Amino acid sequence: MSILIDEKTPVIVQGMTGDKGTFHAKEMIEYGTNVVGGVTPGKGGGRHLDRPLFNTVKEAVKETGAEASITFVAPAFCSDAIMECADAGIRLVCSITDGIPAQDMMRVKRYLMRYPREHRTMMVGPNCAGIISPGKAMLGIMPGHIYLQGNVGVISRSGTLGYEAAAQMKDRGIGITTSVGIGGDPINGSSFLDHLALFEEDPETDAVLMIGEIGGPQEAEASAWIKDNMSKPVVGFVAGLTAPKGRRMGHAGAIISATGDSAAEKAEIMRANGLTVAPNPSEFGSTVAKVLGL
Amino acid sequence: MDVHEYQAKELLGSFGVPVAKGAVAFSPDQAVYAATELGGWSWAVKAQIHAGARGKAGGIKICKTYHEVREAAQELLGKRLVTHQTGPEGKPVQRVYVEAAEPFEKELYLGFVLDRKAERVRVIASQEGGMEIEEIARTNPDAILQVTVEPAVGLQAFQARELAFQLGLSIKQAQSCVSTIMNAYRAFRDCDAQMLEINPLVVSKDDRVLALDAKMSFDDNALFRRPNVADMYDPSQQDPREAQAAEHNLNYIGLEGDIGCIVNGAGLAMATMDMIKHAGGEPANFLDVGGGASPDRIETAMKLIVSDDNVKAILVNIFAGINRCDWVAKGVVQACGNLDIKVPLIVRLAGTNVEEGNRILKESDLKLITAETLAEAAEKAVQACQGKLQAA
Repeated sequence: MSILIDEKTPVIVQGMTGDKGTFHAKEMIEYGTNVVGGVTPGKGGGRHLDRPLFNTVKEAVKETGAEASITFVAPAFCSDAIMECADAGIRLVCSITDGIPAQDMMRVKRYLMRYPREHRTMMVGPNCAGIISPGKAMLGIMPGHIYLQGNVGVISRSGTLGYEAAAQMKDRGIGITTSVGIGGDPINGSSFLDHLALFEEDPETDAVLMIGEIGGPQEAEASAWIKDNMSKPVVGFVAGLTAPKGRRMGHAGAIISATGDSAAEKAEIMRANGLTVAPNPSEFGSTVAKVLGL
Repeated sequence: MDVHEYQAKELLGSFGVPVAKGAVAFSPDQAVYAATELGGWSWAVKAQIHAGARGKAGGIKICKTYHEVREAAQELLGKRLVTHQTGPEGKPVQRVYVEAAEPFEKELYLGFVLDRKAERVRVIASQEGGMEIEEIARTNPDAILQVTVEPAVGLQAFQARELAFQLGLSIKQAQSCVSTIMNAYRAFRDCDAQMLEINPLVVSKDDRVLALDAKMSFDDNALFRRPNVADMYDPSQQDPREAQAAEHNLNYIGLEGDIGCIVNGAGLAMATMDMIKHAGGEPANFLDVGGGASPDRIETAMKLIVSDDNVKAILVNIFAGINRCDWVAKGVVQACGNLDIKVPLIVRLAGTNVEEGNRILKESDLKLITAETLAEAAEKAVQACQGKLQAA
């Protein structure tokens, strides 16, 4: 099994008719994702990429039974698009958009909490590469061919570093159940912890690789949770060992501003909680192989 | 994005936060004139730079006469001020703020930050004003008062009242403090700030609570809807290489080393720097060219890297997802044709259209060092930088 998505998950694309939406929707369809329609306000009733278009997410859900959405919506309007999904009963929304204001994300997180846990929308991203369950479905912008289907779960803040890990694993014949990009912003829809819990329950996942970076408390929280709750081995890594303090390293969230934010401190917390830490970013593949006993 | 103290105060003032009277000056003449307009017998002449700890570094001068104001402005303007927050190179002082120095009763601390753990705005206050909050947190953590703001409804007056009374203020002072806190919160929220620090927040002899210093930084992602804030951008306070990169929308951070890096994706860019260090070298910069990088964009990035005299080798590391290796390769070829690149160039391509990219590089007959993996690329870059490896 995989987590979050598989080949059956009915997916809609918000902003499907834009350049980026069109390009990536096509890629997702070619990969085998069950894309059932698109949402672009004002274009409802039309068709795009041989799929129906809707004005609102609610209509799309009613007509297609969509359960997941991916948003290619400009930063200024993206929080609105995500809340629309939550209200329409979409189970999973993945936001690729880079540049959503932090205060908008605070409101989004608060809005998602309106719904009882069993009906609550899981949000992945923003500012991420998306989700892929290799061989089944892709809800993102990654190059699908670098992923091999297998038994390792991957959670990464960074998109490209997730690709690096997938390629290193593929070179060793190691595959992936699902790879999730949680995104590089200071406030994420979901955290390492949310997905670790799903991987722990997934019978096909035998080990998990989590790739963090400088800034924020998420890696430390996840490590503490792993120690108490996780039976499967976890490999950890934190990018930004050489990053100077107080500088924003590309990602809005990648900044060392408090104690515990640096890569060295986070790696130490991971080790103390029983994770196997990859010594450098060219050893994702070898470290995962080691914990799998290969 | 950071702004100067006087800009933060103008903004806060417009939201009803009482601030000490003052005016900005770009020359000693303007500083003296500002002092005469403000009136009184005592003024603070404060260097305007994007960093704190100015007082200890000699960046704030208390003056008793117009002559002293002139001398202070003369001394500060045009100088690079080094504080323990600026780094050894300091920041240029191009403007000073002349402020009426009033005697005050008490110094307090008031701050607003985006708390990533709570995913809420957090308000921090303390009676120990004038000290750095990190220092208070270390020496007397119990002196730090905090409340978090519920994003659905915003900061409530009762929360501000709780803080004001815990700060040990009289009823009259607390009343003034509550409106100061509420108004400062509105400024924080309505301008999409990510940090606001009023240190010290002072209580005047007549029980008013006002901002004596103010530091604000704003969410870059929200500048599109805050043109008044975006307007306050001052490129002089940035590393010139970074200011140039910002003009081209490139994510660039200058560092001390000698291996220039061009990478796509912030995480991979950090990891590339880490690998260089692991291989025994030092990165000259962080640079994320971002997604969908066109050949022109790659050339712009190369131009920026080459303009840094410290660079002794350049490493291009691209793992293309939305990017295309063939475009990157074209950009590299184009840049080598248009720029005079005298240092070794190491290129590693992977992902979308990698075969096509490598073919373009091969057929270009450029003297390049290529690598297949991240580790190989970093090792070759370090060797080339040390003169131990040359292009075949």
